[in-house]
Amino acid sequence: MAGKTLYDKIWESHTVCILPTGQTQLFIGLHLIHEITTAPAFDMLRENGMDIAFPERTFATVDHIVPTDVRSRPFLDAEAEELTQALEKNVKQFGVEFFGLESANQGIVHVIGPQLGLTQPGMTLACGDSHTSTHGAFGTLAFGIGTSQVRDVLATQTLAMDKLKVRRINVNGALGTGVYAKDVILSIIRRLGVAGGKGFAYEYGGAVIDAMSMEARMTVCNMSIEGGALVGYVNPDATTFEYLKGRPHVPSGAAFDRAVAYWKSIASDPDAHYDDIVNLDGKDIEPTVTWGINPGQAVGISERLPKPEDYADPDGAKKAYEHMGWEPGAAILGTPINVAFIGSCTNGRLADLRAAAKIAKGRKVKAGIRALVVPGSAEVKKLAEREGLHEIFTQAGFQWREAGCSMCLAMNPDKLSGREISASSSNRNFIGRQGSPQGRTLLMSPAMVAAAALNGKVVDVREYL
Amino acid sequence: MSEIVEITQVSGTAVSIRGNDIDTDRIIPARYLKEVTFARMGEYPFFDERFDSTGNLKPHPFNDPQYKGASILFVNKNFGCGSSREHAPQALYRYGINAIVGESFAAIFAGNCTMMGVPTVTVSHDHVELMMKTVEQNPKTQFTVDIEKKTVTFGEQRIVIDLPETYRSALISGSWDSTALLRANLAQVKKTASQLPYMNGFAG
Repeated sequence: MAGKTLYDKIWESHTVCILPTGQTQLFIGLHLIHEITTAPAFDMLRENGMDIAFPERTFATVDHIVPTDVRSRPFLDAEAEELTQALEKNVKQFGVEFFGLESANQGIVHVIGPQLGLTQPGMTLACGDSHTSTHGAFGTLAFGIGTSQVRDVLATQTLAMDKLKVRRINVNGALGTGVYAKDVILSIIRRLGVAGGKGFAYEYGGAVIDAMSMEARMTVCNMSIEGGALVGYVNPDATTFEYLKGRPHVPSGAAFDRAVAYWKSIASDPDAHYDDIVNLDGKDIEPTVTWGINPGQAVGISERLPKPEDYADPDGAKKAYEHMGWEPGAAILGTPINVAFIGSCTNGRLADLRAAAKIAKGRKVKAGIRALVVPGSAEVKKLAEREGLHEIFTQAGFQWREAGCSMCLAMNPDKLSGREISASSSNRNFIGRQGSPQGRTLLMSPAMVAAAALNGKVVDVREYL
Repeated sequence: MSEIVEITQVSGTAVSIRGNDIDTDRIIPARYLKEVTFARMGEYPFFDERFDSTGNLKPHPFNDPQYKGASILFVNKNFGCGSSREHAPQALYRYGINAIVGESFAAIFAGNCTMMGVPTVTVSHDHVELMMKTVEQNPKTQFTVDIEKKTVTFGEQRIVIDLPETYRSALISGSWDSTALLRANLAQVKKTASQLPYMNGFAG
């Protein structure tokens, strides 16, 4: 009999029962919440006179809506103020630990969970945000949920779920210089499609993933949902344990040793059965840039833009060309940009800022380009400043901001306007995503964004290393 | 708790939104997620595709008076991809959509719809095309999506639909609003939790 995957093992240990509908009632080990998707869930609890079943397993922060420049209260945006106050009231009433604006632990929910050691291998983790797959980097079964599901987790610490199949994605070999985790995941989505992961959890492995830092693995897992996979994960290993050791919510001493033994036990067995296996080679991955309106519409930096007929959905590609305003056959290299955004739950961690700072150091942002660096958390900001990264960025002409989701989704004052083109280290290039219905987004690694900012156009970062 | 509502059938006229990979940012732009409740979401579906920057109507099926009152939505592949925002299905539901028939749906979106009692059912590309053409030729056509029998019927046509059996069961038994179902097992939940070593900090 074949061995089990990490997914199988966590699913089994967290199964409460099989519901009459046939769904599994799954225990949720950690619940993270933020201001955007939770207010109606708390309202539903109040309407039904319910409490939180396991209040110590939910943690809250504010990230999506917070301004990253002037953070004084009340916010200039009355709606943002109202929504933030709603969360502040709810966490107080229901007894949830809250990392608010004044907290040293405030930040993007998917940055602070790992940073605090809340995210651990072998857990189930849910959050009302599709990029919850980020936490899978730790060997955590982590997924995004809607507001009705947030209500269920609050009320019962469980969810009614259907089990997924597991696809193993091996990234073999090694990455070249100037090729990052972002390029890996964009290449995977490009190959398997934005709906290719439907019904699957993605297990990432192979030499390239093994060699990655936790930050890089988080970047890969973060965008699993952009490939249609609800869950993406990496089996925990020495890199994982090293990252976790000493973090505030991670056990210490003998308890840490017991934790490591448990974490090792939940990794996929060597003879685990996979429903599908896909292989990529790191040497085939170039710095990668999206050209269209979904993350699967991407090309390597040396490539030309594909013909619509090259895609399974030519009409979708035509729609993308119509919105973006370029022609098939054009080079992606040299595409002009107006805005450069470094940050987000995909690429707003210290390692990302270091990679971008390395490119920016001693150079200048091209005149007329609006360039923002937005740390993923207050802690990332503090650590970056300790290393002097903020000086490198500001001397180069980047704006250095407070932590938040910022221009990834433009629910705050950071937005594109009109037809602006953004080089962005975020995760979605959907129409209107960055705040202007006519705006255009090119997704790429933080180092590539930095290089684009210096030149006012898309360049090959490898020429700056 | 809210009363049990069994969803076995949705009948009415229909409207089509053509195209694959229609993401939740297009279904509802993020700026409307700043509202504290879902109450006004019905004003916003496809907002930036329906209105220009000065609020003038653009050509869009949701603006077309022929399709006013439609309760069934026809879509193509991977509808609702992207963000987990329940605001997207809430916007469609509060606009008046009670069932969505398409080639395929993104996972979180379909789950959110089901938990709101809005069936998301799948049919082949050719059958979607047939239904889209039918409604474009005659917007008054009455469709019935039958969750129990797993069919869509209109005129003389009877098309077999698919949906996960667990979703079907939740809808027709009225347990799509799952809180009560889950809460009934709280004792077992506590037992499961007590067996997970991280729940007590890996104490020996």
